Amino acid sequence: MSPAKSRRKNLNAVRIVAAWAVGVAMFFPIFWMLLTSFKTELDAFSMPPRFAFRPTLENYEQILARANYMHYAWNSVATAGGATILGMLVAVPAAYAFAFHPTKRTRGTLLWMLSTKMLPGVGVLVPIYLIARDTNLLDSRTALVVIFALTNLPIMVWMIYTYFRDVPMDIVEAARMDGASTWEALRHVLLPVSRGGLASTALLCLILSWNESFWSLNLTTSNAAPLTALVASFSSPEGLFWAKLSAVSTLACAPILVLGWLSQKQLVRGLTFGAVK
Amino acid sequence: MLVSAVAHADATLTIGTVNNADMVRMQELSGDYEKSHPGVHLNWVVLEENTLRQRLTTDIATHGGQFDVMTIGAYEAPLWGAQQWLYPLDNLPADYDVGDLFPNVREQLTVDGHLYAVPFYAEASITFYRKDLFAARGLTMPEQPTWQQIREFAVKLHDPTHGVYGVCLRGKAGWGENMALLGTIVNSYGGRWFDPQWRPQIDTPPWHQAVNFYIDLLSHYGPPGPSDNGFNENLALFAGGRCAMWVDASVAGGTLVNPKDSKVATKVAFARAPQQITDRGSAWLWVWSLAIPASSRQTQAARDFILWATSRPYLKRVGERYGIASTPPGTRLSTYEAADYMNAAPFAKVTFDSLRAVDPAHPTLLPVPYKGIQIVSVPEFQAVATLVGRQIAGALTGRGQVDHVLQTCQSAVERTMKRAGYYDKPAPAEKTERP
Amino acid sequence: MSARKSKTHPERLLAQPAILMLFAWMIVPLLMTVYFSTQYFNLLYPKKSSFVGFENFVYFFTYPSFWTSVVNTILLVGSVLAITVVCGVLISVLVDQHFPGQGIVRMLLISPFFVMPTVAALAWKNLLMNPVSGFFAWVAQLFGLTPVNWFADWPLLSVIFVVAWEWLPFAILIFVTALQSMDREQKEAAQMDGARTWDVFWHLTVPHLRRPIAVVVMVEAIFLLNVFAEIFVTTNGGPGDATTNVPFVVYTQALLEFDVGAASAGGLVAVVLANIVAVFLIRLIGKTLTER
Repeated sequence: MSPAKSRRKNLNAVRIVAAWAVGVAMFFPIFWMLLTSFKTELDAFSMPPRFAFRPTLENYEQILARANYMHYAWNSVATAGGATILGMLVAVPAAYAFAFHPTKRTRGTLLWMLSTKMLPGVGVLVPIYLIARDTNLLDSRTALVVIFALTNLPIMVWMIYTYFRDVPMDIVEAARMDGASTWEALRHVLLPVSRGGLASTALLCLILSWNESFWSLNLTTSNAAPLTALVASFSSPEGLFWAKLSAVSTLACAPILVLGWLSQKQLVRGLTFGAVK
Repeated sequence: MLVSAVAHADATLTIGTVNNADMVRMQELSGDYEKSHPGVHLNWVVLEENTLRQRLTTDIATHGGQFDVMTIGAYEAPLWGAQQWLYPLDNLPADYDVGDLFPNVREQLTVDGHLYAVPFYAEASITFYRKDLFAARGLTMPEQPTWQQIREFAVKLHDPTHGVYGVCLRGKAGWGENMALLGTIVNSYGGRWFDPQWRPQIDTPPWHQAVNFYIDLLSHYGPPGPSDNGFNENLALFAGGRCAMWVDASVAGGTLVNPKDSKVATKVAFARAPQQITDRGSAWLWVWSLAIPASSRQTQAARDFILWATSRPYLKRVGERYGIASTPPGTRLSTYEAADYMNAAPFAKVTFDSLRAVDPAHPTLLPVPYKGIQIVSVPEFQAVATLVGRQIAGALTGRGQVDHVLQTCQSAVERTMKRAGYYDKPAPAEKTERP
Repeated sequence: MSARKSKTHPERLLAQPAILMLFAWMIVPLLMTVYFSTQYFNLLYPKKSSFVGFENFVYFFTYPSFWTSVVNTILLVGSVLAITVVCGVLISVLVDQHFPGQGIVRMLLISPFFVMPTVAALAWKNLLMNPVSGFFAWVAQLFGLTPVNWFADWPLLSVIFVVAWEWLPFAILIFVTALQSMDREQKEAAQMDGARTWDVFWHLTVPHLRRPIAVVVMVEAIFLLNVFAEIFVTTNGGPGDATTNVPFVVYTQALLEFDVGAASAGGLVAVVLANIVAVFLIRLIGKTLTER
């Protein structure tokens, strides 16, 4: 084995160890929270931190007894999912237009889109609340779907735009040359090729909507309250709460974490440009 | 059960409440209420205190009508009552026994003779201490210590190498966190927030003495990172056996004597909150109460509910189901006349004495234009006190000298009060009616 | 290039729904905010409303910690951007090649993004960084060191840590996806020619990532300018004003004083500040975004 090659092999081993170390380190706080969710409150803050303890399900039991988890979970799924679908339906065509038919004003428009996110939510709470009150949309899932879609739309347009820009013009042109209409070119060539980027954009919107806790708390009471409200109800009461908070956070993240894990392959499936070229 | 047996139309009540243990119990017992009131359905919105307050204030001020019952504190109740945003609770039924309510608690919730909220539970600040540690050093805690005495005890009991800190006090910034405690310390040193002309009094000797004392005590004889610690963090520390003394809300007593939640369940003892040159305003008063926003569309059903949740039968029910020590404290005199409660809850006597002594109408040595001991029932108070709280937390961690910090706070508070029109001449009519 | 003829107007209309929706979403609150910013309107004194012109802005600018909050905002945004971009690139390169458990490690790296910001902040403050009972304190004591008082002595740094931990997965996700489209053959050819790992990295990988880096910077900057929840649950803006940023000042006005007028003025100031930051960033990376 040549020195360069054996050096590369050692480097590889180091890389693997380093990759695992970084992964574990990033995940550790979540792991610690998960562990805490199975402790009693007394164990949760004991010093030294306990690695060995008698696990208990009492936190989960209390949470499920106190609140209708499925109701909140369904609201989260409906609002986050609805917002993602709505957002993608609007963002993909927009990104296509910007990417393949740009004008002088494209960059300005893109930047303007991003600037709609600059107003802090807390500064417009009262105006939005008044509008929601007058349109009878307080405590409704519709309001949340619309607001989540609108707050995430600029990000989605941007990200899809950049993925589209990475697609070589030749592919789309080649398909058009073969007589395909724009719609067919989009569907059969462009979308499959940028699938990874679209999936990660959709996942991003899903997560951002799932975790959004300003509008979801301020515009809902009970009907449309998503999991963020459930978490908020266990956060910082008077008394000991870290074990229960860990448990409720696990319950709140679980659906989306599972979804993320399942779709992981989709996210990082290769864009096979090497092969195309 | 005190319920008018008139057949009610179907009503759905949306109840906004804090996520404290007593309210969670109310939520759990509300199943009983729904059973005995067919047609009434209760929707619960349970949130952490600060979030709840913002949510409720936004709704009530914009007349959103999203809530039928609101859980509000001693701070908002008189404010909102004065604005007539709350439905007045007059002509209460005889069997509700409104005379059984603690008079000063009730006073805090009354504006112009109208009761605007019914108390759900109330607390005063008391001193918690470790009788085992005291006994080991041959120390005795008087019934009502002074802050100087607390300091002397802390010096003797501070033992960080063995993981015990002399005294744990609130240091986290917030008008309801460190400023609640500091308010009482300032009062004890003879200080006040505002003079009768609403000029802030922060840059005065009592404040300087009180704040210097507090910072010296907590930074030298307290746990590490004191500016992180609010009520919950200190509760965890004390329950974990880390503090020799702690001055905070009497409701902590329930957790501290419960062996499931506390390592020092058998070692904790109670005394009155410390005073110094005066005991006026030396213990704070906080009440969580239930009120009905005027924008609600179900005022009758809501009224029935809140009267139920604060009635003697309800208190009895909680005792039966969760143990008598879990009875919501501080609202009814009859609770404290029951021998079994007094025996089951070791903190009850001190709480009772403290609650009878607190006087929100005369919170300070010198005259003041406001009611409230650790709070000033004006809308500007939250922002003003949070700002001061942050600055003092900063001084606690060494960011600024106390004297300079207090001067900064003085001018900041003046600025806010000026903008709100307190110094306009003649004094606006609304202001003189401030509760 | 016969692509020139693709100036077909109908396809430009595809962008209209997005533009119109965003316009409506932005313009109504914006106009209301502009209107309120000229009014004295306190939610608790609704009858006292009156026109006050620029007084709200003056009041906002003279808030005692205003300039500190601007500095804190810039520090927070800049630090988190630097950490997430640099570490994000390095980490995504690290996990780019196949190795046993690559999928799992990638999932571990992305998982912090799934946690609610308030919960993440509480977990960091109480479970990890607490100087008495936190995990870091325990580790420190194992080595005989005094535990660090994170939020008391290094509040802004602690907040930066927490926020960077939350946003690093986003950067990693974008970069990992982007690296998938990198030309492997070119890389292998370079390696076979004897190029060192560093050269491959600096001259091939990083240029390929220029656009994703630009996207990450722009997107994160927008979110980071509005960081609020993490600060609120950990330090409440303190100690002193060490962690007060501009959204926090707006929050103080809006939800502590219920001063809608000053909050609106503050919101507009925040927008101006954000625009300045955006202009600055555009100059830095703008070309990368729209070129091919």
